Amino acid sequence: MLEESERAIFEVPIGPQHPALKEPILLLFKIEGDTIVDVMARPAYTHRGVEKATEARNYIQNIYLCERVCGICSCIHTLVYTQGVEKLADVEPPPRAKYIRVIMSELERIHSHTLWLGVAAHELGFDTLFYYVWRDRELVMDLLELISGNRVNYAMSTVGGVRRDISDAVAHQIKKGMEILRKRLDVYTEVVEKEPTLRKRVIDVGKLSPHDAVALCAVGPTLRMTGVKRDVRADDPYQAYDEIPFNVATYDTGDVLAQIIVRVVETYEAANIIDYAIDHMPSGPIKVKVPWNIAPNEIITRGEAPRGELFYYFKSNGTEKPERVKIRTPTLGNIPAVCEMLKGYHIAEIPIVFAGIDPCLSCTARFAFIDERKGKSWVWSGDQLRTYRRKYYKRYGR
Amino acid sequence: MAMESELAGAAVRKPVTLKYPFERRDVPPRFRGRLAWDAEKCVGCGMCVQVCPAFALEMVGKGPMAELRYYLNRCVFCSQCVESCPRDALSMTEEYELADYKHKVYEFKRG
Repeated sequence: MLEESERAIFEVPIGPQHPALKEPILLLFKIEGDTIVDVMARPAYTHRGVEKATEARNYIQNIYLCERVCGICSCIHTLVYTQGVEKLADVEPPPRAKYIRVIMSELERIHSHTLWLGVAAHELGFDTLFYYVWRDRELVMDLLELISGNRVNYAMSTVGGVRRDISDAVAHQIKKGMEILRKRLDVYTEVVEKEPTLRKRVIDVGKLSPHDAVALCAVGPTLRMTGVKRDVRADDPYQAYDEIPFNVATYDTGDVLAQIIVRVVETYEAANIIDYAIDHMPSGPIKVKVPWNIAPNEIITRGEAPRGELFYYFKSNGTEKPERVKIRTPTLGNIPAVCEMLKGYHIAEIPIVFAGIDPCLSCTARFAFIDERKGKSWVWSGDQLRTYRRKYYKRYGR
Repeated sequence: MAMESELAGAAVRKPVTLKYPFERRDVPPRFRGRLAWDAEKCVGCGMCVQVCPAFALEMVGKGPMAELRYYLNRCVFCSQCVESCPRDALSMTEEYELADYKHKVYEFKRG
């Protein structure tokens, strides 16, 4: 037994490259014995300069650039991007296009949540469930491939509407697919409710209180698992969501089990939304023309990605290229929350708690400074960057 | 205790995976593979070059006799060029096994 003075706090870095992580992030843990005391996250290892690259491409080219911000949320990124450009140009997409966008983004939500359920099962060491879930996920992937022609980058939304229509035959196939999906989801709900090996690993692990979740700006299922009913689709409806009835899935325990249940319930809801949207899809054109050059304007727009709120800021300057595009992805909003969730738990629980927020780190790299010697971190605004640039060039020349 | 029936079902089920080089799935109807160019229809307007997000297309020469250069290794298969083409001169084929050691450049020629 150690005396109080002999107890030491170790620093354990996990990442940027680590078998427990799928993408590079540095999580610096302060550990006392086996218990996590403090966590510092440093996500900026995958800065790709997407926002800067948008300034060198026109509005059409940027659709495909923004689609590639994230491999899983590729539909919602184009949806929010095109929604923003339409708002910028003051153009309203046709109603049928709005419904097709909703169907695509809900199919994507099903694909993302089932993928996450598989990954979570894998992180828990329950690889059988992982393989079964991913097998059934192929159902949605095939439907997405049938509609768009591709499994990952669908290229569906375009500025002014969508690029491909959903025919009656395809709509019938989607409805049939949703029926099979519901049956499969019933099985997984039963597994989550009854399987003791799974429940023992997830109950009371990675707890987050509703107060902390709101204070740390958590978004998406990470916020809803604490019981806070907040969803962009319901609170600030975009596209056709104001015409479609659906429930916002919440759960009150705020642990990893709540994350699983919220995502499974959301998958059911997504299937219901798709069925409703197919039944109530208006006929008509799927695309309107949008001018090549867009008058000077400045807007913000957002949507609910599978992981949470996705935010875009646009500034146009009258040319065919945007002056500034700012993207805030949901994972960036969830990193402070996951640091809080990890505190007080054991090293063995790091993978599942961290995977619990469905991290997508290649989306997160933004401009921030971290001074490790002084233990400070801060973020610069555009004005501060401009001042720094002026001073730098004055001193060193061009 | 909920996995037993699933496991029992899986024991008698055929594997869902395919032995890829020997078995292949059919490509979906809207599949986007390698680009193809129809010289008869192309008027050399250069719209495809303007909208290409990956800078994979280049016009060689100007006007109606212009020819097209297609950098396969840059192409992201979004098919925006096919959609923007006013004369339907471009189309996506169903060819998808395009990996190569070299950077492939297709010179689409007239005649």
